[in-house]
Amino acid sequence: MRWALGFAAALASALASALAAAQPVPRGLVADPDPFPSTYSPAPSVPTAIVGAHILTGTGADIPEGTILMRGGRIEAVGAGLAVPAGYRAIDGHGRWVTPGIIDAHSHIGAEAAPTTSVSDQANEDTSPNTAEVWVEHSIWPQDPQFRLARAGGVTTLMILPGSDNLFGGRTITLRNVPATTVQAMKFPGAPYGLKMACGENPIQTYGSHGRAPATRMAEVAGYRRAWIAAAEYRRRWQKWRGGGERGDPPARDLQLETLAGVLDGKILVHNHCYRSDEMAVMIDIANEFGFRITAFHHALEAYKIAPLLAREGICVATWASSWGSKMEALDAVEENAAMIDAAGGCAVIKSDDPILGQRLNQEAGIAMTAGRRAGIDISEGRAIRWITLNAAHMLGIDRETGSLEPGKRADVALWSADPFSVYALADTVWLDGAPIWDRRDPSDRQPSDFLLGEPGQEQAR
Amino acid sequence: MIRGLALAALAFVAAPAAAETVAIVNAHIFTMGPAGEIARGTILIRDDRIAAVGPDVAVPADARKIDAGGRIVTPGLIATGTGLGALEVRSVEAANDRAARMPGISAAFDVGDGLDPDALPIPIARLGGITRAIDTPLYDDRGGPDQLFAGQAAAVTLAGPDMLMRRGVAMVLEAGEGGAARAGGARGAEIAALRAILDAVRAIGHGGAAPGDSFGLSHADLQALVPVVDGRMPLMVTVHRASDIKEMLAFAEEQHLRLILEGASEAWRVADAIARARVPVVLIPVRNIPASFAQLGATLENARRLQAAGVTVAFEGNGNTRERELRYNAGNAVAVGLPWRDGLAAITINPARIFGIADRVGSLEPGKDADLVIWSGDPLDTLGRADAIFIRGRAQPMVSRQTLLRDRYLPLILHPQAQGGPTK
Repeated sequence: MRWALGFAAALASALASALAAAQPVPRGLVADPDPFPSTYSPAPSVPTAIVGAHILTGTGADIPEGTILMRGGRIEAVGAGLAVPAGYRAIDGHGRWVTPGIIDAHSHIGAEAAPTTSVSDQANEDTSPNTAEVWVEHSIWPQDPQFRLARAGGVTTLMILPGSDNLFGGRTITLRNVPATTVQAMKFPGAPYGLKMACGENPIQTYGSHGRAPATRMAEVAGYRRAWIAAAEYRRRWQKWRGGGERGDPPARDLQLETLAGVLDGKILVHNHCYRSDEMAVMIDIANEFGFRITAFHHALEAYKIAPLLAREGICVATWASSWGSKMEALDAVEENAAMIDAAGGCAVIKSDDPILGQRLNQEAGIAMTAGRRAGIDISEGRAIRWITLNAAHMLGIDRETGSLEPGKRADVALWSADPFSVYALADTVWLDGAPIWDRRDPSDRQPSDFLLGEPGQEQAR
Repeated sequence: MIRGLALAALAFVAAPAAAETVAIVNAHIFTMGPAGEIARGTILIRDDRIAAVGPDVAVPADARKIDAGGRIVTPGLIATGTGLGALEVRSVEAANDRAARMPGISAAFDVGDGLDPDALPIPIARLGGITRAIDTPLYDDRGGPDQLFAGQAAAVTLAGPDMLMRRGVAMVLEAGEGGAARAGGARGAEIAALRAILDAVRAIGHGGAAPGDSFGLSHADLQALVPVVDGRMPLMVTVHRASDIKEMLAFAEEQHLRLILEGASEAWRVADAIARARVPVVLIPVRNIPASFAQLGATLENARRLQAAGVTVAFEGNGNTRERELRYNAGNAVAVGLPWRDGLAAITINPARIFGIADRVGSLEPGKDADLVIWSGDPLDTLGRADAIFIRGRAQPMVSRQTLLRDRYLPLILHPQAQGGPTK
């Protein structure tokens, strides 16, 4: 009897555990790859033709007098002497220029919103040097007036990053630059996440000056490595669980390690704020030690010193032409950085990191191109436009969708009043997925964000 | 012709050439003076001064001739609101003399003392065509915004060894939102304090003792303010909100002060009042961000609207190490409707007039200092570059630490197979 009872109990227990294995894991204990899904949908558009404009396609091609056809939100055709089919809205582009919509590969707008207040810096979670668990999209205020200002500068897509106070700042997000009431409605569908990392003076200033680690660059490197070791172990635990048929309780989730493991899986791209050439070389070794790739170095004012290395490694350089000198690590800037990276066969990108510069990335590319030419580097306009279009799209992992004017891609297009590299060029009309999001002559596009509604002076273009 | 000029420029690389007689011929000259625009003319430089400008200037036999090849020649640019010579690296305290924190040194702080003509940012700004600058003091607010006056501005020359051109060209003060923070939190408190301080200044100016409180200002500070109440030194006030600007206009009228408005994001909303008061405005034309509740009306069209109302406008660069962007800032104002010549005036003759140095610089006129720039194209455009720069008649080296770094590394990229480089 006793034996029988014991047998029954054992059987019940075995049954219970079998049942448990068959039951799904409660929601939230296993990572959802997309817990905040994009709800972006393109605005309605009409078939549109821009006729006779000087077109820089972003692929390197330069068509002095060409036509571009947009239909169904996509690029239909680009070339010289294309006929405009019946039913298209035709725009005379003679004397004007067409480029792909500008992509700002480094912005904080929405997270560092205007106006500045005691709570407006929502980009730096500077409470710990490793905050890989935060996602900057949760700090973004879609009513930030700076989004509209960027639209007027031809910007159709932006990557918003957490700030650079931390070794691991958190996840980046790539946005479509449309007026919206939720951040989900701005999210670029299918764009990969990024992880913001930072080298150098900022984490040292943020923590070392308060008696915390890192106080030195060597402690920064130790901090990166410690985190990647933990991420490798975490990833292995999950691989084991998945490889074992997902039986039993899954490993405990950790949002911080989940993001780092996403990098090790190759699904999350590393965007690394790093100024000095020696620091960049150390970061490349760390990436090799743990088996991940660095997608881009940001700011990277000394990239020109190691341009061949960065080209070999396939790491993009997102930089400026003019900014320099605010701190020691920014002392060795040259205006020709982008041109030198390009000449070495690398991926050069001009970005803003500044809501004022972000309204005129075309001019910054013009400064970089002009300086490069003056130094004897042969750069065509067709090539230089890539620094703010296709190369940026490549760096953000969205180059199949946007960044160049090629049939089938999203119709993200800017029509400029003049040579876009000139200070005098204004974005006359900007299309996103074939629908205008900015027209300099259309007062409805000057509508202020909710925040500025009813405030003085909003009748201005920008 | 271009090659000739490039060779001539190369000759100046080592050091600024000695002053001599130079004739710049075949130039498209914007004099910014009474001679206006000269489509094809000559500028004759003798030693450090302009001897003649015009379409038919006789070139002496001993003059070194530079053929401008029809390119544009302008006066050297004047940047306002800079720290050139007072600052090496912003984040390095030992290399930053633009702000001070010492009890009793507020209005008395003169940024014209302690200048370093060898400071790294100077050649970089100069390659942007800037030959003179108005250095302004900044507040050191690390211990809280408790200093009322930032101190005195100075006019400087971007060529050594004697960099200080004229000291005390303005007294710098923040009002409005920022000024309120300096006076315990309310705009009205700052105005009340200023009124009492200026009374005290007048008292000591007439040889008396300061009556009562001076709100943290020392005797040295009060003395430094005597030229302000006398109308010899303008008071440059950083203020943005339209209503704050109007209040400051009224205050300056009441106190008989010479006022310069700085920042002035919403100045266009009260442009007529500013024009009537004949108060000039110094601003950064690309600042169109509603960055604070005092700047909700910020717009790229600020400069254009002020100019149209008859206000004299001067432009600033983008701060500290970004002064070379001054000319692009002017170009951006032109892009939204400011007439081109007014854009150039805002970085040449206008700042010279506003800060009282137009007797020496700001336009190409006989007798003035020979500060000028030969441009490869449009000086306000991102596509144009300075080809040659003269300060007081001396051709300046077209190099900076940045061009030296570029030239050290560029060969490794253009000719990777060649041996050599800095770390061979």
